[in-house]
Amino acid sequence: MDDAPILDVVALSKKFGGVTAVQDVSLDVPRGGILSIIGPNGAGKTSLLNMISGFYKPDTGRIVLEGKNITHRKPSEIAELGVARTFQNIALFSGLTVLDNLMLGRHVRMNAGVLSSVIYWGMAQKEDIAHREACEEIIEFLKLQDLRKLPTAALAYGLRKRVELGRALAVEPKVLLLDEPMGGMNQDEKEDMARYILDVNQERGVTIVLIEHDMGVVMDISDHVVVLDRGRRIAAGTPEKVQRDPKVIEAYLGTARSRSGA
Amino acid sequence: MSLVESPQTDTLPKLVVRNAATDPRGAGMREKTRGIWQTYSWSDYRDQVRDFALGLASLDFKRGDKLSVVGDNRPQLYFAQLAAQALGGVSVPVYQDSIAAELVYVLNHAETSIIVAEDQEQVDKALSLKDKLPKLRWIIFDDPRGLWSYDDPILQSYERVLEAGRAFAKARPQYFETELTKGRPDDTSIIAYTSGTTGAPKGAMLSHRNIITTAEAFAEVNDVKVGDNWLSYLPMAWVGDASFSLGMAMVARLTANCPESPETVQRDLRELGPDVMLAPPRIWENMLTVIRVKAADASPLKRRVFEYFRGLAERCELKRSDGRGLSSAERLGLALGEILVYGPVRDQLGLRNARWCYTGGAPLGPDTYRFFRSFGINLKQVYGATEASALISCQPDAEANPNTVGRPIPRIEVKIDDRGEVMLKGANVFTGYFKQEDVTRDTVTPDGWLKTGDAGFFDKQGHLVIIDRAKDVGKLADGTAFAPQFIENKLKFSPFIREAVAFGHERPFVVAMIAIDMQTVGTWAEKRGLPYTSYMDLSRKPEVADLIGGEIAKANATLPDVQQVKRFLLLNKELEADDAEMTRTRKVRRKFVAEKYAKVIEGFYNDAKEVQVTMEITFEDGRKSTLTSDIVIHDLVPAEPARRAA
Repeated sequence: MDDAPILDVVALSKKFGGVTAVQDVSLDVPRGGILSIIGPNGAGKTSLLNMISGFYKPDTGRIVLEGKNITHRKPSEIAELGVARTFQNIALFSGLTVLDNLMLGRHVRMNAGVLSSVIYWGMAQKEDIAHREACEEIIEFLKLQDLRKLPTAALAYGLRKRVELGRALAVEPKVLLLDEPMGGMNQDEKEDMARYILDVNQERGVTIVLIEHDMGVVMDISDHVVVLDRGRRIAAGTPEKVQRDPKVIEAYLGTARSRSGA
Repeated sequence: MSLVESPQTDTLPKLVVRNAATDPRGAGMREKTRGIWQTYSWSDYRDQVRDFALGLASLDFKRGDKLSVVGDNRPQLYFAQLAAQALGGVSVPVYQDSIAAELVYVLNHAETSIIVAEDQEQVDKALSLKDKLPKLRWIIFDDPRGLWSYDDPILQSYERVLEAGRAFAKARPQYFETELTKGRPDDTSIIAYTSGTTGAPKGAMLSHRNIITTAEAFAEVNDVKVGDNWLSYLPMAWVGDASFSLGMAMVARLTANCPESPETVQRDLRELGPDVMLAPPRIWENMLTVIRVKAADASPLKRRVFEYFRGLAERCELKRSDGRGLSSAERLGLALGEILVYGPVRDQLGLRNARWCYTGGAPLGPDTYRFFRSFGINLKQVYGATEASALISCQPDAEANPNTVGRPIPRIEVKIDDRGEVMLKGANVFTGYFKQEDVTRDTVTPDGWLKTGDAGFFDKQGHLVIIDRAKDVGKLADGTAFAPQFIENKLKFSPFIREAVAFGHERPFVVAMIAIDMQTVGTWAEKRGLPYTSYMDLSRKPEVADLIGGEIAKANATLPDVQQVKRFLLLNKELEADDAEMTRTRKVRRKFVAEKYAKVIEGFYNDAKEVQVTMEITFEDGRKSTLTSDIVIHDLVPAEPARRAA
């Protein structure tokens, strides 16, 4: 059973007006691994992630999480089922503190109703403490102790990216979708982030789907790589295999014929 | 009666057991984790020490073996030290920010067989060195984070050792008590390596007697209460931390509190509001800088209120220290200031509950000192040395004085030899340098006097006054005495100057190399719309040179004419312990700096306007690279002849 993919994407397509963003893309995400999706700009990587997390509705195809079809679920339901994500352009509440942003991430895991929360007694109090504990654990994990009470707007870009990762972790995901977590970072920050991603994967056992442009990082940390080009899947396999694939080289470097008319 | 006279209480680990028996529920140690202060009661404390000790025994750690801890202040690292001592072992704390080469020297010299490392960073360092450390048998890590892929058989987790200890206790229930009882007060408890302002590190051996009797003497002349909170934030390898977090904690049942991380110390300090506090001058200087920057950023009204009451406090403090009384208007002003300014500032600094604070380890500028006292902080000077169990003298509450280091603690003798060097004798004098008998003989006379290496004298009141390191005190070419630290402290009072090194021995005049404070000078530049990219760039701006020139002129105004700084330059990098320019406790290593910047110093005296400097810089991971640059030498326009029309 463990060999079955945790996330199974079958023949997904999405059109925006006349533009085909994703066409007939399938991928198996093995449990416990790191799978990277690469491809030139406009290849459809983010659209694919948006469909998995429920932000876009696919035109055709289906998405199966642990044997459960989640194709037409709402984003909040998908999060509750264990798929969390971060965004290419950081999406945090900039006026809230780091801690509050993480607590918000716990929202889908909260059960107490309005009334019991207002009275703040018994169950609600217990629950609140448990959530705070979960957030504190993440704060420690990502070394955010000194920033706990700062509004995220006051943080440097690289730190905000880290907080966003923390917010996604607060959901206690089984699968974590990371959309360019290292975009705009310097080398040091990239190394730190790669370290955190590996730790999340290994220590917390979270399956990771990663979109990233830095090929060095992708090749270093991924178990599997899927290459998209103009909405289609053109290659898939281990990093070594994908790197040697002529179709991939063509998509990235282009050939005189294929790109001259574009 | 001293604790060391009873076989029940004559070592530090025996005192853990005593404390657990007298006050099982009292707070022995606290640690902030996950945002909350977690408490280890004295009985928890004892259990941790016992279980870990037995775990060490199961790893074949024996009497006389050495255990090193490396990391930020964590309860587990303190437990580990006491556990090693309980088995008759010796603890050798090392500086957590040491680069690999320094660590190899100390760990090899100390013959460390077990390293207890805080986290992955320290484990990586230890693993990279293990081939060079033939005596090393185990690396025990506390925080398992990031270590999932490590499979080196030399690694053990702290938890596993505790479990092994509990299993060991079942098999040999009497082992711990038997080993504990074998401990003698004259056994070595700690080998404290001093990076020293000169040469290779030396390992000062301190016995249980040293640490316990020194703590007793200190508690006798200071207001210390059971359960007083102490913040354990000083480097664990510094003997000052050991004497409080271990010595005072065991003897006087102080509660040691470990901050959450080095970055949160200031916030943790404020949350905790410790009852007693010890900090090196650098921390006080930083606090002052922060207050001044915040005051300068405040709205005009607040700034004026702050400046008014600050001025009032300073005048009153000077009056008080001269023994003059205050007028009733001044008293009223101070009472108002207490509500508006002094109290809130103390609260911000986390010193609201502090009954006394000490500054020690290096001299603190008198103006900085007076600032804190005038704000109602009972800041006093303490003087010590690693070889004297960290404590030689301290100031009584009623006799605070920026120029002295107070009275010798009870039961020790202090004298000044004919060359002006401070010497002492007593129970706080260490037992010698580990494996360096020749150096020990140079430091302790045959009849037991420890040479401190500091030049000093006793004033009329009976207070010890330290002038400088004996070997640093020099003479200018005309024969006037020249004490570089005295001048440097005047310079460092400026918030824009982070570090200053003055030269002048056998030279016609005094010169200074200045390391600017990146933060304050950076803010200053931003306010003036002065663009800059890096420390080096900032240090080369003529505007910054003018700013620092003005600051030096202010300091010069308080110095006798011949001691005034005549020329200066701005270093293009900060002085770094990694480059051997400072010790790990951040004291300038004058000799190294003088050698490294020999060309610059020559340039000062042959009227050069610019010197080219090539120097080696060491990165945090130990990599080296060289940096060549031109440094401009600035002349200080004498304050006296008024500005000529240009």
